[in-house]
Amino acid sequence: LSHPLHTQLSDRLHIKGGRIVNDDQSFYADVYLEDGLIKQIGENLIVPGGVKTIESHGRMVIPGGIDVNTYLQKPYHGTTTVDDFYQGTKAALAGGTTMIIDHVVPEPNQSLLTVFEKWHEAADNKSCCDYSLHVDITRWHEGVKEELEVLVQDKGINSFQVYMAYKDLYQMTDSQIYEAFTFLKGLGAVVQVHAENGDLIAQEQNKILSMGITGPEGHALSRPEELESEAVFRAITIANQVNCPVYISKVMSKSAADIIAQARKRGESVAFGEPITASLGTDGSHYWSKNWAKAAAFVTSPPLSPDPTTPDHLNALLACGDLQVTGSAHCAYSTAQKAIGKDNFTLIPEGTNGIEERMSIVWDKAVAVGKMDENQFVAVTSTNAAKIFNLYPRKGRIAVGSDADIVIWDPDKTNTISAKMQKSALEYNIFEGMECRGSPLIVISQGKIVSEDGNLHVHQGMGRFIPRKPFPEYVYQRIKTRNRVMALQGVSRGMYDGPVHEIPATPKYTTPAPSAKSSPAKNQPPPIRNLHQSNFSLSGAQIDDNIPRRSGHRIVAPPGGRSNITSLG
Amino acid sequence: MSYQGKKNIPRITSDRLLIKGGRIVNDDQSFYADIYMEDGLIKQIGDNLIVPGGVKIIEANGKMVIPGGIDIHTRLQMPYRGITAVDDFFQGSKAALAGGTTMIVDHVVPDPGASLLEAFERWKEWADEKVCCDYSLHLDITHWNDSVKQEIEVLVKEKGVNSFLVYMTYKDLYQMTSSELYEIFTFLGEFGAIVQVHAENGDIIAQEQARMLEMGITGPEGHVLSRPEELEAEAVFRAITIASQTNCPLYITKVMSKSAADIISQARKKGNVVFGEPISASLATDGTHYWSKNWAKAAAFVTSPPLSPDPTTPDYLNSLLASGDLSVTGSAHCTFSTAQKAIGKDDFTQIPEGINGIEERMSIIWDKAVVTGKMDENTFVAVTSTNAAKILNLYPRKGRIAVGSDSDLVIWDMDAIRTVTAKMHNSVAEYNVFEGMELHGAPSVVICQGKIVLEDGNLHITQGMGRFIPCTPFPDYAYKRLKTRRQMVVLRAVPRGMYDGPVSDFSSLSRGGTPAASARTSPTKQTAPIRNLHHSGFSLAGNPAHQGAPTEETPIRPAGRRIVVPPGGRSNITSLS
Repeated sequence: LSHPLHTQLSDRLHIKGGRIVNDDQSFYADVYLEDGLIKQIGENLIVPGGVKTIESHGRMVIPGGIDVNTYLQKPYHGTTTVDDFYQGTKAALAGGTTMIIDHVVPEPNQSLLTVFEKWHEAADNKSCCDYSLHVDITRWHEGVKEELEVLVQDKGINSFQVYMAYKDLYQMTDSQIYEAFTFLKGLGAVVQVHAENGDLIAQEQNKILSMGITGPEGHALSRPEELESEAVFRAITIANQVNCPVYISKVMSKSAADIIAQARKRGESVAFGEPITASLGTDGSHYWSKNWAKAAAFVTSPPLSPDPTTPDHLNALLACGDLQVTGSAHCAYSTAQKAIGKDNFTLIPEGTNGIEERMSIVWDKAVAVGKMDENQFVAVTSTNAAKIFNLYPRKGRIAVGSDADIVIWDPDKTNTISAKMQKSALEYNIFEGMECRGSPLIVISQGKIVSEDGNLHVHQGMGRFIPRKPFPEYVYQRIKTRNRVMALQGVSRGMYDGPVHEIPATPKYTTPAPSAKSSPAKNQPPPIRNLHQSNFSLSGAQIDDNIPRRSGHRIVAPPGGRSNITSLG
Repeated sequence: MSYQGKKNIPRITSDRLLIKGGRIVNDDQSFYADIYMEDGLIKQIGDNLIVPGGVKIIEANGKMVIPGGIDIHTRLQMPYRGITAVDDFFQGSKAALAGGTTMIVDHVVPDPGASLLEAFERWKEWADEKVCCDYSLHLDITHWNDSVKQEIEVLVKEKGVNSFLVYMTYKDLYQMTSSELYEIFTFLGEFGAIVQVHAENGDIIAQEQARMLEMGITGPEGHVLSRPEELEAEAVFRAITIASQTNCPLYITKVMSKSAADIISQARKKGNVVFGEPISASLATDGTHYWSKNWAKAAAFVTSPPLSPDPTTPDYLNSLLASGDLSVTGSAHCTFSTAQKAIGKDDFTQIPEGINGIEERMSIIWDKAVVTGKMDENTFVAVTSTNAAKILNLYPRKGRIAVGSDSDLVIWDMDAIRTVTAKMHNSVAEYNVFEGMELHGAPSVVICQGKIVLEDGNLHITQGMGRFIPCTPFPDYAYKRLKTRRQMVVLRAVPRGMYDGPVSDFSSLSRGGTPAASARTSPTKQTAPIRNLHHSGFSLAGNPAHQGAPTEETPIRPAGRRIVVPPGGRSNITSLS
């Protein structure tokens, strides 16, 4: 290991008497850890002498949580979130999360690589748990492509986020999204989307402000959930067009989640949905709080839905597999920072807390009420994230050879969430007063006990950057197969040699882009010209053309084989 | 309202007509009664009517008597790159009458940048000169600015136009952005107009077209490959979202695929005011023909959105029409000759778009929906005539057989069988996309403006005998619900003490947030909140829990997306914390 080891922590650990819970099964076994890796699993393990032993008394031993969405260094108008990589990862570990994936957010005019390095450095200095980085593409242009290649091939980044909201700032047009998806798919990356219709939000914000509504309720009123589901639908449509996987970050509403579930059921899309701690644990009715500071604390985008049945619905979809992973979207701005928008809700910096509470909230809202079993709990808090982002089975599983990131989970322990007790530097907590069943007893990160009975044993910079390779199987296996079977082919016809109407030279009524870009004469095998058999006839002999064919949307031709369609006539 | 004196109409047929022994079929009921017509209006309905002597009598012999069809979507004589669709208002309306349609609504397509009013007058002139049946006009909005707004106001208030079409496709030509759509919907909603949408995602289509051409696919199959039905469904979804935001009724023209139709029916179930219009072609045939080896045939099917290659589509759309999820039918009749289509012989993106269907529409629906037992005769009347009349605000003048209504009616022979062929049809196009199809149900007599225009298979018409029928805004069928909702949905700010805690220093560069919003509206515009320093409601790291456990006190509200405040009443929400 490159980092100096903290001497108070033993390098070797023996967890005895626990019930190992992976995403596929649970079983009783002991676990032996050494050098940050799981070395042995089984009963009556032969371990060296002097090893520290943890008696888990039949409690659950689960893979450490992976928080796939954090913003621990997000700048806003010259200020930065109060939870940096140190504060944030401390909170993560306290909650049972042993790895985070943070978003790098360049300004639209900045180089992705430069900003990535900045984030990397900050995290290396401060992070207490393993981490990886998503890079947000805040502007689409030719130069970005090279940087993306470098990031994927040399820097260990395999996930990028694009924005459909934040008009005139981060927002991309449908054409740009199409190009970005096409390009990222070629690199084997996971395409993440912040899905909200930014054009309509801008219009609604104008309307709401002009009505004199300036408080945080305006945030929710100007971003109704329909605009979220619309964008989700559009993102999935575009992804299907280019046969690209799509990952919807921050699923906040029932309707958006339903769109994802439907798309997955249709089988055409490889789509993933990520609800966050806040959307699973609370709702948007608080935007109407008379306490401005409280209402502003809930401001995030897409906003929490004012529909109080939302958390239940999202937990149910998470339990049945329609939604796959959970993040926190932890982005902590103090009340004073939020107050930048005290006279105008559009200026309130966006973000809610949830990095520490994520695992407990999923347990309490889904497992403790009988929606979800413990294996699915592991899947949605850790395993699926590891699979999607190509970290599996190094992360997300208790198996020999995997990283020794392990949590001993107590399903019966009840905690009351309070800003006074939290590790975050925030002075509020949006889950204030919530009683949660289920919490970590012992957290082991890189083979070391980092949290025991609520006491943290961490130091800044002990976390490592975990590089990720492109083309995760979980995401790209189906895509690769589809690429092969979906080859399109033209119909080989005799050349049309009938009369052609003359038209004026100025082509006014066509789509200029395609005609400008490629000449139709290109790439085409010269058709055989047969004047006696031109296949062209005026009015008639079309009766027997109605041969039924299969009902797919795409007409595919088997590679190298004959197309069914071309034999139609 | 009488046509008389307008033109020299030869008195081919009598002015007074009595239909005896027919079964009147309206959208709500069917009953046996005689009908007496005079001066182009229905004067009496009942048994043993007392009528003047010398009246021409038509014996219906128990056949159905239905309101004449209304084809709500035609593009006759449409100009395209210096050519014109081969069916002009004469040929087109002749074909309409032959098929049992007594009124058409044609689309005016101004060039982007051109005056809407001028285009409207030009179309009206063309139609007045040639059209054989009554007609109205939709205006297509092909660009958006302030002068368009003024013209729309004139069109609605003075010219009798109540429906406007916007395009979500044809990038860099007609296509509107989401922001523009929002503005247009808001604007048209205020004037009580019907917003029609051509729903396809033009951005993605442009990308796909480029990809197809690059792959060397240049034939008509490229048309459908570059416009998969998902792009139609996506645009329908987006249009519905925008209409719902702006509280405006929405009309989707040319519903061509199952997925697009599904989106519409889902939205209707959620309470959106949205109407879907499948067309003759999508109800009767499918997009497999784009792969025909006969280029001319394949090109004949080119229209946008394209016919779906899924052969189960027509059946599905007929079912949704029968269940009321889709509301009206048009033909989108827009015929180009094969020579005209051949402009795109080397590049499918250049093929002029449009298919026939004005003559076949009524028979197709009868054959595909009524004969198969999907639909009853009353719904048949609803989807071919009544619903269109309601949307256009012409009901009950059109779309119903009732005393006082226009005497546009059809004696429908449900047992007649015709085989569609280009050799026999009234269109001048040399192909017919329904070629060879055997259809049950045909008009045996068609009466338009109280005159027999079709009898024994012979048409009795003159150019220009049709009239322009002005439409008025705010049709109840579309706007009644919306008017109520507009009263209901009042957004209110939460009255709060002013925030007086610390505020972070921040750079004034407006980098975050939406610049448009902050630029346009000054936050000081609001009514001054009461400043109470002693009771600011703000506490640092205090005990928010003591201010009420949010999870327990959350009042139960309906799960709707809008938080509404009853007019004048207290909001549940402001009493939260």
